[in-house]
Amino acid sequence: MLGEPLRSNRFWKDFDWLLLTAAICLSVISLVEIYSSTIAQPTENYFLRQFAWVCVGIVLLFVVAAIDYHFIAERIPWLYILAIGALLYTLAMGHRVSGSKSWVGLGPVAFQPSELIKMVVVVALARYFSELRSERYMTFVQIAKACVISFVPIGLVALQPDLGTALTYLPPIAVGLFIRGVRPAVLVTLVLGFVLVLPVSWLILKPYQKERILTFLDPERDPLGKGYQVTQSKIAIGSGGLLGKGVFHGTQNRGGFLPTRHTDFIFSVVGEELGFAGVLVTLGLLAFIIFRSISNAQTARDNLGLFIVMGVVGTYFFHVIVNVGMVIGFMPTTGIPLPFLSYGGSSVLTAFIALGLVLSVRRCRYVN
Amino acid sequence: MQQRDEVELLRWRVTFIGYIIVATLLVLAFGFWNAQIVQVGYYQQKAEANRIRTLPLLAPRGRIYDREHRIIADNRPSYNIILIRESSPHTLEQTAAMLSAGIGMTKDEVQERINKSVKRRDPKFRPIVLKEDVSVADIAYVKAHRYDMPEITVEFQPRRRYLEGDLAAHALGYVGEVTEAELATPEFLNFKSGDQVGKTGLEREYNNVLVGKDGFKRVSVNSFGREVEQLDEEKYVAGNDLVTTIDLDLQRAAEDMVGDHSGAVVALDPRTGEILAFVSKPGFDPNLFATRISAADWNNLINDPRKPMQNRAIQSHFSPGSVFKVFMAAAGLEAGTLNPLRTIYCPGYATFFGHTFGCDKHDGHGTINLHNAIVSSCNVFFYNVGNDLNIGRISQYATMMGFGRKTGVDLPNEDQGLIPSEAWKQRVLKAKWYAGETISVAIGQGYVSVTPMQAAWAMGGLTTGGRLKQPHLVNPRELKKLGLPAGEILEEDYPISQSTVDIVTTAMWGVVNEDGTGFRAKIDGFDVAGKTGTAQVVGKAANLKGQAYKDNAWFVGFAPYRNPEIVVAAFIENGGWGAEAAAPVAHAVMETYYKKKIGQFDAKLNSIAATEQRQNITSAESRGLN
Repeated sequence: MLGEPLRSNRFWKDFDWLLLTAAICLSVISLVEIYSSTIAQPTENYFLRQFAWVCVGIVLLFVVAAIDYHFIAERIPWLYILAIGALLYTLAMGHRVSGSKSWVGLGPVAFQPSELIKMVVVVALARYFSELRSERYMTFVQIAKACVISFVPIGLVALQPDLGTALTYLPPIAVGLFIRGVRPAVLVTLVLGFVLVLPVSWLILKPYQKERILTFLDPERDPLGKGYQVTQSKIAIGSGGLLGKGVFHGTQNRGGFLPTRHTDFIFSVVGEELGFAGVLVTLGLLAFIIFRSISNAQTARDNLGLFIVMGVVGTYFFHVIVNVGMVIGFMPTTGIPLPFLSYGGSSVLTAFIALGLVLSVRRCRYVN
Repeated sequence: MQQRDEVELLRWRVTFIGYIIVATLLVLAFGFWNAQIVQVGYYQQKAEANRIRTLPLLAPRGRIYDREHRIIADNRPSYNIILIRESSPHTLEQTAAMLSAGIGMTKDEVQERINKSVKRRDPKFRPIVLKEDVSVADIAYVKAHRYDMPEITVEFQPRRRYLEGDLAAHALGYVGEVTEAELATPEFLNFKSGDQVGKTGLEREYNNVLVGKDGFKRVSVNSFGREVEQLDEEKYVAGNDLVTTIDLDLQRAAEDMVGDHSGAVVALDPRTGEILAFVSKPGFDPNLFATRISAADWNNLINDPRKPMQNRAIQSHFSPGSVFKVFMAAAGLEAGTLNPLRTIYCPGYATFFGHTFGCDKHDGHGTINLHNAIVSSCNVFFYNVGNDLNIGRISQYATMMGFGRKTGVDLPNEDQGLIPSEAWKQRVLKAKWYAGETISVAIGQGYVSVTPMQAAWAMGGLTTGGRLKQPHLVNPRELKKLGLPAGEILEEDYPISQSTVDIVTTAMWGVVNEDGTGFRAKIDGFDVAGKTGTAQVVGKAANLKGQAYKDNAWFVGFAPYRNPEIVVAAFIENGGWGAEAAAPVAHAVMETYYKKKIGQFDAKLNSIAATEQRQNITSAESRGLN
């Protein structure tokens, strides 16, 4: 079923090369800055590994794009069960990295299943929303069912405990509920409920998580402690100026003042070395991918396609505002990577696979 | 239609989400615009401060030389462990906790050092010295932990070294960290906390000459505090070397002879005022102060009953005893109250105003003239001289001849001694002067007291015909050579007739060369003259005997007796007879001077001879005690 579209002339002619180009441009920026920020640790080969992940990601993008998304949606219950199993396995057997059991070994590479499983949840929710009978508003039971689909994996990820990643599971259901339609009263209740849940969740947060949130509220609170990362990140970005200090010339980057600079804080390196211009180009490319996807959602053949694409859009967008917001000090410090830019196989593959889903929806936009 | 509406509704909601995304991205872009365009200067400055460290390059103090350019004080390399609070990844408490054990200090000690600087509100970039003059092991510890504690580094500091230990300690003084009280004075205007400054002696007096100008180097560092590259450097300027008038050979000779006694020796050239030797014993090792002095060492010094920190040559004054007689003789001759041919009968005592005053020779000197009265140190003769002069003229002449006022030596905190007068007694003691008190003053007892420096200075003035040259350890010429502002050596000339000078100097030649009290100072070929003095210790209990209550011994000599080149005032506290205890000290100094002059000086032989001579004195003393 794969061979047919990939061999067909129409697939290649109709393929959204601009979207792929944008993703590749981001990957190039990513590779350059990963190289620049890890030049002091050449034995770790971050650059080469990321390059390999990008290549694999592009291949996967074509594979997913070539699959009809209905084919995936039909098999989503099995994939969903598989995903839950994988999360349980991770919880039981995973490696502990900085306090969270979110990694599993997969042959020679370590993998974060919670990243990829996000897309399973996206498709599962999309199928659920698209198969609802067309009523103006969803019923309470329908909302509850959607929540169950979403919150089982969220709960398992939160138990790892990886609260940041668990939060990235929220956008698809939020976007789905909003688009499918809930009563204004329910919408208000959900928002209020979220707000009211915050104080309660405060009680169950780990000390380091509370610390992060407090630091976010006042970075100067402990300039030598948790606020250090954000402070250094802002210094890096601000000192970059309009055009940046040039690749390999970021003093904050090269001097090692920036924390986790090739992963979570890669955008600070972009800001420092490429300046405001580089920031605008990078954000522009990310925005292009998001809006191009939104337009694909609007031309989707059916609601399944629309909800898949919007689930992806919501997830991308969430990653962007949380990560970019964090490096500039608008958001608390979380370990949420920036799609296409942060170093890491799980993140890169998920970003390309998600884009593959968008392209699959696009490919099938014309009713056969 | 229903279907179509629904599709439109969904699309509208999707579009709405798009608007939210656009708005959010604009907010993010605004954040970057604000940081990178609006506040770029602020953040660039922060980035520079992150990256750049200014490290001080401490300047060495100038060396101190003796008159023959032999080094007395120089510098040795040393290292301090310093903390730079600026951009430290740890709190001060964390730093103290992490570092203390590794460098052999307690956490509280480290914390105290830090707190002192914080309390002073020193700028954050100013290094805080946590431990001075550290061992190689301490340096290794810091270097090994530079990644854990980038805020801790090692700084190089040249440290004062006094090559001769306690030799001339009271002339040299010592250095130490400037205190807050000192910083508040104009003298230390250009210093900052942590700087090493001269505390006493020449180190203090010529601090501004000796002190150098610190430089700095700016380096870029990474987040571990490791130096990545040097950006620029301003070399330090070393302090100026100071050539003093001290002659180390004479200094050593004097100190060797004083030995373990308390006392002072001042040797100077009366023609110029140059001080050749400046001794105050017991001394101290100024090297102890070069590194922060330990509390134990400091307590030992200040609680020592022998007061080693007291500069006896200029900061203590003592009764001059019979040394004063020659000045009384000169005063009487000049005032016309003493006929040079006068003779007096000495029965061993004399009675004035109803009081009986004794002579050292209990059976009396018989009929005695001025010359012999000086040679034999007859009290009775000088009771009459003083009585004829009266206290008004004694005070006037003594002050004119250099007593009771500062000599102007280039050392801090000079004492001015005391020459009593009726007005002084009325003012200070609120009492009338008794004529009987004049009798005691005439033989250098009673209220009169002089510093060893004054004794040498006044003797120099008297023997050179009334010319008082300001005594000094550094010739202003040396400062001018360095291009520094320098005054002139002050000179005072008081009127005194040549005949008076001849009479008293001839008599003092007799003291040494005619079987007088100063025979121990005699040097063949170098007409030494001088006068001994044995001054009762004030408060001496008649019945108590022992070292602490022995008389103070003086000998003030000069040579040659015509146109003297050197004056030596030797003072030995509780030394007993001036003839026994003090004259040999002056002898040693003058002999060294003479040997050097005629080219027969051998430092090694001199040292051996001094040891033998000192042993002789000690055995003489123990005989005397029995």
